[in-house]
Amino acid sequence: MAGKAVLTGTHFMNGDEACCEGALAAGCRFFAGYPITPATEVAERMSRRLPQVGGVFVQMEDEIASMAAILGGSWGGAKSMTSTSGPGYSLMLENIGLGLCTETPCVVCNVQRAGPSTGLPTLVGQGDMMQARWGSHGVYEVIAVAPASPQEMFDFTIKAFNLSEEFRLPVTILADEVVGHMNERVVVPPADQIVVKDRLKPTVPKESYLPYQPGPYGVAPMANAGDGYYMHVTGLTHDERGYPGMDAATQVEMTTRLRDKIQNNLERILDYDTVMLDDAEVAVVAYGISARSARGAVLAARERGLKVGLIKLNVVWPFPEQFFRELAPKVKAMIMPEINLGQMVLELERVVGGRCPVELVAHPGGAIITPDRIIKAVQAALEEKP
Amino acid sequence: MSAQAQAAPQAAHPQDELLRTDRIPHIWCSGCGIGIAFGSLMAAIAKCDTPRDDISVVSGIGCTGRLAGYIHLDSFHTTHGRAIPFATGLHLTRPQNKVIVASGDGDLLAIGGNHFIHAARRNVDLTVICVNNFNYGMTGGQLAPSTPFGAKTTTTPMGSPDEPFNFCALAAACGATYVARWTALHIRRLTTAISEAMNKKGFSFVEVIAPCPTAFGRRNKIRRSLDLLRFYYERSVVKNHLAPGEATIDFDNKLVVGKFVDIERPTYLDQYDMVNRGELEAWPATGVDASAAGQRKAG
Ligand code: SF4
Repeated sequence: MAGKAVLTGTHFMNGDEACCEGALAAGCRFFAGYPITPATEVAERMSRRLPQVGGVFVQMEDEIASMAAILGGSWGGAKSMTSTSGPGYSLMLENIGLGLCTETPCVVCNVQRAGPSTGLPTLVGQGDMMQARWGSHGVYEVIAVAPASPQEMFDFTIKAFNLSEEFRLPVTILADEVVGHMNERVVVPPADQIVVKDRLKPTVPKESYLPYQPGPYGVAPMANAGDGYYMHVTGLTHDERGYPGMDAATQVEMTTRLRDKIQNNLERILDYDTVMLDDAEVAVVAYGISARSARGAVLAARERGLKVGLIKLNVVWPFPEQFFRELAPKVKAMIMPEINLGQMVLELERVVGGRCPVELVAHPGGAIITPDRIIKAVQAALEEKP
Repeated sequence: MSAQAQAAPQAAHPQDELLRTDRIPHIWCSGCGIGIAFGSLMAAIAKCDTPRDDISVVSGIGCTGRLAGYIHLDSFHTTHGRAIPFATGLHLTRPQNKVIVASGDGDLLAIGGNHFIHAARRNVDLTVICVNNFNYGMTGGQLAPSTPFGAKTTTTPMGSPDEPFNFCALAAACGATYVARWTALHIRRLTTAISEAMNKKGFSFVEVIAPCPTAFGRRNKIRRSLDLLRFYYERSVVKNHLAPGEATIDFDNKLVVGKFVDIERPTYLDQYDMVNRGELEAWPATGVDASAAGQRKAG
């Protein structure tokens, strides 16, 4: 049964479904996954939609296999994706590491729930923020986006695919249960208005192709299986030929490449929105569903005359270090609400480096942070003696 | 070093075009059986009609896992145990790709056992070659899912208390379309088996009983590779089409080798395409007689 990949129009759908539609609009044609609350709706919709657009869906035996399969799918030339939640994400981290090491574009949607362990399967959490940054062993950079609405589940899934293709790595969508399950208006633009990026292909003769030689903007063009380049792809430390090099020099060379392709391109990657920040004395910094609470808090506080602004992180990793370093001396305090006991706030504190106080508004999971708690924190920060 | 050994690297090998010669010397020990399995695989690929661009080799971690690094094709050296699910993605997104998984017994059937089972059940069109050397060679010779009861390894210093797996029986039980086992001394039959497996649609499985003199042989007092090769070969009995469950690896009685399964079964993609064309009748095909079910309940 044929169907459209881009469902142009206005829809009422939940975030998980919007994620699926965003993926298809971005060109995703392979999904391998395993059911898990609260991400199952992504897989369910994919299983129905992918055959309509000539793609393949496969339900694997676990999340380890799902992640391995989408890496294989990506090398097979298909934009590939999986979706999961915390327990599954823990299992995927092994092969996310392989994807980082082998520079394999793909997308992992983690609809976060409260943990640790099985935790609260049906209730919200934001406890996987640091796991997404550091969870796989070793030395690497990552990219992760944090949608705050079903519309952003659509938009940021496209963004995640584009970043993964552009920078050749697995990109994580750090969604959460509320964003995944809430139903809202989702506008899908016409296909020709959606920016879709594809991996760079090698243009050199086959004999002189070096699969990991940095190309324009530091990212190596990627040959797919079947293109005739006979590349070797390994999770061992490897050189520009893709060949293992079991020494510290090759490790330095490879990890520098992995770092530089992200750190030297921050202006193409970083993404945050600001709301009423210009004259703000207190800045609320938030991401995902907590950014929705934060926006409500900031608007309400402004009505009461409090000088407060919002920074909503759309890309959470890499973290916009320079921006916060420059902002810190201009505000009295920064406040970060998150549904964990303090993760991204550690990064914010590190970057701010004591130039202004940083306050955490925390919830361990199971419920969102209400705007009134953020307003109280704003008031307290404004009342502090300078 | 002898004059002969010095001269050896100069001479072209008949399979050079399938080798990443710039990566030779390889890491394998002299006398290792992996080289024989590799040679058979290259011979089978050389005979195969599929264009080279459409053949990929995927391996996991371990001594055999390094095989992907020496073959001059699209080759993928993945994580421990995950070669099969990686290969699944590679095949499903590019069905014309002939994907060969070559890895060790520990990789494919201990840490990767679950993936093996389910890929065979789904009948993903993969050729899986398992070099079984009865231990973990790469890490110095520990217990593997294949280690014979009583055999010594570094983690079973008094002899293994574990019962080993019969991989061929497992593959067959899970739905593999082709299952064969040969020792590394049955070179011609092994090459034929790999060729047949590659030409077979569906999940095909070839087990190669191979010597690991360095790690396994040494701890079990069969230090020389030739002695190990002979030890396996001499105990082998060829029993084609024997029920795989009876195809035991018994070193006292019989180490059964042969082709045990060669059947036709629709692959995952065959069935995926069929159901998505909407050609399948509703399940269950016979329907349910609701009134009869109700009566039974009432009774
Ligand atoms: S340790 Fe054993 S399996 Fe590994 S290369 Fe040496 S002989 Fe072969």
